[in-house]
Amino acid sequence: MTLLVLLMSGLMIFNAHPRLYWGQYGANHDPAWLVIGATEDSGFLRVGSLRVETTGVLGRWTDSAGVEKTWAFPGWATIPTRYSLADGRRWHLFFAWVLAISLTLYMLWTVFGGHLRKDLHVRRAEWSPRHIWHDIKEHARLRFPTGEAAARYNILQKLSYIGVIFVLLPLMIATGLTMSPGMNAAAPWMLDLFGGRQSARSIHFIAAWALVAFFLVHIAMVLLAGPVNEIRSMVTGWFRLPEPKDVKDMGA
Amino acid sequence: MSGVVIPRRRLLTRAGGLVATAGALPLLAGCDAINDAPAVRKILSMGEEMNRASQRALMDRNALAREFSRADLSPVFRANGTRLPPGADYAAHAARGFADWRVAVTGLVARPLSLSMADIRAMPQRSQITRHDCVEGWSAIGEWTGPQLATILKAAGVRDAARYIVFRCADRLGDALYYESCDMIDARHPQTILAWALNGAVLPIANGAPLRLRLERQLGYKHAKYLTGIEAVASLDGIGRGKGGYWEDRVDYEWYAGI
Repeated sequence: MTLLVLLMSGLMIFNAHPRLYWGQYGANHDPAWLVIGATEDSGFLRVGSLRVETTGVLGRWTDSAGVEKTWAFPGWATIPTRYSLADGRRWHLFFAWVLAISLTLYMLWTVFGGHLRKDLHVRRAEWSPRHIWHDIKEHARLRFPTGEAAARYNILQKLSYIGVIFVLLPLMIATGLTMSPGMNAAAPWMLDLFGGRQSARSIHFIAAWALVAFFLVHIAMVLLAGPVNEIRSMVTGWFRLPEPKDVKDMGA
Repeated sequence: MSGVVIPRRRLLTRAGGLVATAGALPLLAGCDAINDAPAVRKILSMGEEMNRASQRALMDRNALAREFSRADLSPVFRANGTRLPPGADYAAHAARGFADWRVAVTGLVARPLSLSMADIRAMPQRSQITRHDCVEGWSAIGEWTGPQLATILKAAGVRDAARYIVFRCADRLGDALYYESCDMIDARHPQTILAWALNGAVLPIANGAPLRLRLERQLGYKHAKYLTGIEAVASLDGIGRGKGGYWEDRVDYEWYAGI
């Protein structure tokens, strides 16, 4: 939920200047690598030299009252739904604190509570390309582990959870802070780390969509793997092991 | 029997519950009604106070914004907000090259001043190549020149009771002349200057001629343009509607714009 508020208020903030740049500076006169814009009768998304017509969704769309608007992201995707950079920032900068505090606690618990060692630690055998490739193939064919193996995180799950908790979310916070002129004075090295404020803004945007992609895949996997069992396990810790297919087929 | 117990994620459930409760707010009732509820706005504005307090705690009060080299300058420095103050008065000043422009230093000061542009150019000057960050998200790098605000405050003898400096401007936006304010830490910061030059030339009208504030550790709307007055005050209560700035009072931008 926190992430959803951050995403939707973040899209509102993006709408105030729907252009992304690399480097220390970037404004309307400078070349942008990503633009969401509008022409007289259409909306478009341009990434590098690739231009996609997005009329109706991005750049030019019609709100629920039937009024045509030319902000980048449509009202149903932003907080608030009407244009207000000030309010978008209020939501974003408050929930950024909620995220930072809960993520810190969660990371500490993961590292010191044994979750990392017990469940997320990648064993040497799992690093073998053959093992990873096997896992990718199995997932792509939607054949999920059964029996005892299903109770453990597999290599793809381990890598994506580690990626989200220890890479993507901290990256969101760090690039967010690098956009702060106050933080730039307090910690100028962050500008060097990300290659400038506008680069940090671009990375912030890309990482946000990487998180969206993770959650879409995550939810799809939960649904495909049996939503009732999975969600019960998340909330209560009870997880019923899926029975091996062949056993079920035999009607056992 | 194939059921097994996996240890409960106690902490996750608890922390997650708290976060979910707070986060569910916007989805419950048509979003915008919640956005407008005074109680919600009050909670959300805690974020600003946390940012201000933590940034003040983290950074040295004189920590400098990064200064760049001439090679880093934006090819075109974008202007924003008022690009040409309306009214015959300002037009007449511009036509005379701001020869009669005056900046009043008033409020809690021992010696009120009325400074001409010549007075301001005669003071010790500071040049700095810094990045200007608009609240909208864009940035531009420019070279600014002018006296430090601290020099002027010292000349006027600011009293100890002064806690904020208010900046009065010549550009009328809607119902009021633009105004902004900052605390004494930022007012006395070495990079807080009153700039009359941009990139080695006299400040263009679009960028705030003849004189504008540079408040390098905060966002663009704090950098008041077309300065006519500098006022030392003990409280922001009597300024505009009390939040310390034109946009703060009208659309609820943060007064502390360090992030």
